[in-house]
Amino acid sequence: MLEALASIHPDADTQPFWDWCAKRELRFQRCDSCGRFRFPPLSGCRHCGATAAEWVRVAGRGRVFSHTTVAHAAFPDLRGDVPYSVVVVEFDEAPGARLISNVVGIDPAKVTVGMELELFFDEAAGIVLPRFRPVGR
Amino acid sequence: MNLRDRTAIVGFGLTPYGRRGEFFERSQIDQIRECLDVALEDAGIHRCEVDGFCSYSVDSNDPGMLAPALGIPNVNFSNLVFGGGGGGTCAAIANAAAAVHAGLANVVMVWKTITQPPHARFGAAYGSAMVAANPYSDFHRPFGLVSPVQFLALLVRRHMHRYGTKPEHLAEIAVATRRHAMRNPKALKREPLTIEEHQSSRMIADPFRLFDCCQENDGGGVVLVTSAERARDCRQRPVYIMAGAQGGDALWGHGLTMQNQPDDLYASAGHAHLARRLYAMAGVGPKDVDVALLYDHFSGLVLLQLEDYGFCGRGEGGAFVADQGIYFEGGRLPVNTHGGNLSEVYLLGMTHVAEAVRQLRGTSTSQVPDAEIALVTAGPSNLPTSSMLLRR
Repeated sequence: MLEALASIHPDADTQPFWDWCAKRELRFQRCDSCGRFRFPPLSGCRHCGATAAEWVRVAGRGRVFSHTTVAHAAFPDLRGDVPYSVVVVEFDEAPGARLISNVVGIDPAKVTVGMELELFFDEAAGIVLPRFRPVGR
Repeated sequence: MNLRDRTAIVGFGLTPYGRRGEFFERSQIDQIRECLDVALEDAGIHRCEVDGFCSYSVDSNDPGMLAPALGIPNVNFSNLVFGGGGGGTCAAIANAAAAVHAGLANVVMVWKTITQPPHARFGAAYGSAMVAANPYSDFHRPFGLVSPVQFLALLVRRHMHRYGTKPEHLAEIAVATRRHAMRNPKALKREPLTIEEHQSSRMIADPFRLFDCCQENDGGGVVLVTSAERARDCRQRPVYIMAGAQGGDALWGHGLTMQNQPDDLYASAGHAHLARRLYAMAGVGPKDVDVALLYDHFSGLVLLQLEDYGFCGRGEGGAFVADQGIYFEGGRLPVNTHGGNLSEVYLLGMTHVAEAVRQLRGTSTSQVPDAEIALVTAGPSNLPTSSMLLRR
């Protein structure tokens, strides 16, 4: 899905996230100093300002925090992809870090806030992206 | 010490309202000149008095080019506000006020124009050639989250979940705004609109339908700011700048594109931080505001801003806008009496400033009787965003 957008442009701060994705692992930075998660990847903690952080793995069970069904293609290359569901996913294992992604395997109109999700890794054009299915699908 | 009432808006000028791409063949400087000439005439000020330059949103017209092209002899102050699309309008005006108050400039022109090339639509944002992909857009762009309508739909969806806000509440905003536009001969969208027509319009990004979305236009505006003392000798009644605030809560961060705001900030427009500073500087509160010009790129963000600025409690925005609660006659608070971005025209916030000035001069087409204090907000977006309070 969304092949027209399947490219990434990492820098030194964001590269580790994508390196873990390539190994089929979803990891978020947890501040060594205050213990809080941060996302997107940043060189400093937005809560305490400390820099050192550990990349902590989450197993991949998540929950829909918010969602939208994109019905209108923002540009012509996406006309074949609409409607698609964009979700903001939260994780019990990484409170405070939310991931923007897609849910597949369900009618976008049936996605709800609070819906339980399961992570999978989707490879497109050599890029490995974290995406989700409803639990049990 | 602050800048309360030390400076004033003394004139404004707008281009005609163009369809998206209509003015692409015109140079932006030519449009800025047109606006400036109208603003100077409005204020009764000679161009030689202008010596300060403020804009926002990565404006490409720097004062080194502008001043000679406009016949302005001196560049004594210049400043450009960071941030997205319409987020910096009020910050640019507050910066102009600060410069005048500090003695850095005498008369500051604040300008913004938008001309959209046919091949790169502004609203496509991260999907278009106008915004380059970067390390941080990697966390939304590959997932098809590329356009402001989609980012902001997520905040409003969460608000609906937390507080029971309904699609009909969004429709109330679109309809009240259209009713204001129908009274404004310059507005581009003046056909009647009903709640039912809104609810049956096509979906763009759930919960936003077509009539929840602003127009996309070409055009621009110039606003002139000078000292309160100089303002009293100008042609029009001065509109004093009571307070200005820019920025936001740092945890909002790249809120729009990253969606990692703390939960309590998430289902908001991110303006509560500005509201507190604005009211403190002005020494007034929400009950003192007679008319609000709230940046309406999308209907739902008007609802969220009503809560951020304390016109109602958190989660009560739906009830506030119900039954035409923001219509200028009989409403709880007149909002966007010009017809807003939704129905008048979309010129990156300049028209909200212009309408606040009209209201405080008593010349709006949907005039609030004896309006004394107006709130103007710029676009809820990534930081910095901004707002200001004006009085007559």
